[in-house]
Amino acid sequence: MSVLVFIDTKGKISKAAKEAVTYGSKIGATTVVTFGDADAAALASLGDNGATKILVCRSLSEGNDQQLTKLIAAAANDCGADVIIVSQDQLGKAVAPRVAANLEAGHVSGAIALPDTSNGFVVKTNVFSGKAFANVSVNSSKKVISLLPNSLPPESTGGSAEVAEFNPELGAAGITVKEMKTQGEGVLLPEAELVVSAGRGLKGPENWGMVEDLATTLGAATACSRPVADIGWRPHHEHVGQTGIAIRPNLYIAAGISGAIQHLAGVNGSKTIVVINTDSEAPFFKAADYGIVGDAFEVLPKLNEAMKTFKASQN
Amino acid sequence: MKLLVCISKAPDTTSKISFTDGDTKFDENGVQYIVNPYDEWYALVRALELTEANGGTVTTITVGTAADDPTIRKALAIGATDAVRVDAEAKDPYFVAKQIAAYAKANSFDIVLTGKETINYNGAQIGSMVAEMLDQPFVSLAQKLEVSGNTATLERDVPGGAEVVEVNTPFVLSAAKGMAEQRIPNMRGIMAARTKALNVIPAVETAELTSIVSYNMPPAKSECKYIDADSMTELVELLHNEAKVI
Repeated sequence: MSVLVFIDTKGKISKAAKEAVTYGSKIGATTVVTFGDADAAALASLGDNGATKILVCRSLSEGNDQQLTKLIAAAANDCGADVIIVSQDQLGKAVAPRVAANLEAGHVSGAIALPDTSNGFVVKTNVFSGKAFANVSVNSSKKVISLLPNSLPPESTGGSAEVAEFNPELGAAGITVKEMKTQGEGVLLPEAELVVSAGRGLKGPENWGMVEDLATTLGAATACSRPVADIGWRPHHEHVGQTGIAIRPNLYIAAGISGAIQHLAGVNGSKTIVVINTDSEAPFFKAADYGIVGDAFEVLPKLNEAMKTFKASQN
Repeated sequence: MKLLVCISKAPDTTSKISFTDGDTKFDENGVQYIVNPYDEWYALVRALELTEANGGTVTTITVGTAADDPTIRKALAIGATDAVRVDAEAKDPYFVAKQIAAYAKANSFDIVLTGKETINYNGAQIGSMVAEMLDQPFVSLAQKLEVSGNTATLERDVPGGAEVVEVNTPFVLSAAKGMAEQRIPNMRGIMAARTKALNVIPAVETAELTSIVSYNMPPAKSECKYIDADSMTELVELLHNEAKVI
C-alpha cells in the first residue's frame, strides 16, 4: 500500500509528526506532505522515521482547512496514496474529515493502533471518551486515519528522504487569522508524555508554583481540572476532561483533583496515574495506579525533591 | 439570519458502558439518552442567542429514527424554531454528513453549527465533512462566536492556545466549551415544543464507507498501590522500575 502522511511543522518536527510517519511506514511506502518554511534538512530527517519522500508546499504559510484539503488531496493523487495519515490535533480535526469527504474515503477518527489487515482493514479507536475501544472497518479503497498522539513511539530506521517542493493550485483561504493567543515555551499538553495536573485542592492560582516546579524537574506539561479553568486560575487550554482536551500521557500526576467521571474521561488513556489527595475516599483513587493520601502542599515539594535526586543520579 | 444546528443523541455522561451481541452492539439497557452536550449547550444555545438578538430562525437537523424524537423535542423546548429528522439509522459519519449537506444545500443557511464531537463516538467528523460537501470554510473548536452583517468573528482552540479568526457567511463551525451557557427549558418551552414542526424527510442514498465491527473494554485497572506521603523516594523508584514511565 502507498501512504501519505500530513504533518504540520510550525518550523520544527514534532514528536506527533514522527509518530505519524512511523505509523505510516509500517503500512507502506510513505510520502510526507507539509507546508510552510520548515528547514529542508529538518524535513529530510523524517527519512529516519521511515519516510521516502517529503513534499513541501512553500506557497502556503498559515494552515487553514480548505487550502490544506486541496494540498493533501493533490499530494495523495501525486503519490497514488491508498492511505492518508493525519495526527489528531486541533488542525487535524479540522482537516482530516474534509480530506476524507473530498476523496470519498472512509475516515477513522482517534486511531490508537496499526490497522489489522488480516480480514479487510480494521483500525482500533478510542470511543465513549476513552471508556471503550471500537474496531472500525474501512470499506472504501481510499482510507483516511486520524492518529491519536502517544499511540506508538517514533522509531528510527536510519533511512533518508528526498525533499521536493510541491505547490499545487490551492484556491483562496476562507478564514483569516486576526490574532494568536498562544502560550510561550514549554511542553505542549496534547503530545506530552508526562503531565502534572492540579485542581481546586490547591486553593488558589498563587500556589501553582509547586506544580510548575515539579513539571520543570520532570520536563512535563502542566494541566488542570475544569473548575480551576472555569474560575480562571489557569488558562482554558490546560483544562483536561470531557469538555476540555483528552490526553494519553505515559504519566499523569493529579494533585487536589477528586476525579469526577467527566475529568476521568479526559485522562483515562494515561498509562500510569498518580493521585495525591487529602480525602482517602476521593473517587480518583479507584482509577489510580499509585495513590498518596496527603496534603498536596506537603507532598508536591517532597516529590519534587525526590525527582531531583533521581534525575541527578541518572546523569 | 438562518441557522442550522446539527443535533445528535448521546448516552448520559454517567452511563455504564457495556456491549452485547458478541461485543458488536452498544448495550442500551438502562441507558438514558440526552442531547449531545456540545450540540445542546454550545451550538444550539449560541444559535438561539444570535437569532434572539438579530432576528432569524434556528432549524435543527438529526439523522436518526423515531427513537431520536424525544431528544429532538428537547432541542425544540430549549427554543429551536423547527426541526428536521432524516429518517435513517446514522450508519457512519460520511453517511450522516451527506444527509446534512444535502438538506443544507437545498435550503441555504448562513451558518451550520455542530458540537465539537459527540460524547459517545468522539469522532469530531461531521462539521468538517459537511463543510467540504458544501465547499464552505470550517471553523473547528470555536469557543466564541460574534456575527455582524455577513462577517463572523470566532475564537478557537489551537495547540497551546487560541486564535481569533474572521470568516464570511456561509460557513460551518464546531462548537466547544465557552461558546454559551447551558439553558434549562421552561414549562412554556416544553409545551410549545409539542406543536412545533418536526419534519421527517427521507435519506439520500449514500455508500457506507466505514462500519464498526466490534467493541472492546479496556483491561481492568489493577488496585491502586498506596504510598506513604513521607516516602516519595519510594514512589519515584516505582515509577522508574515498575511503571517504567520516568
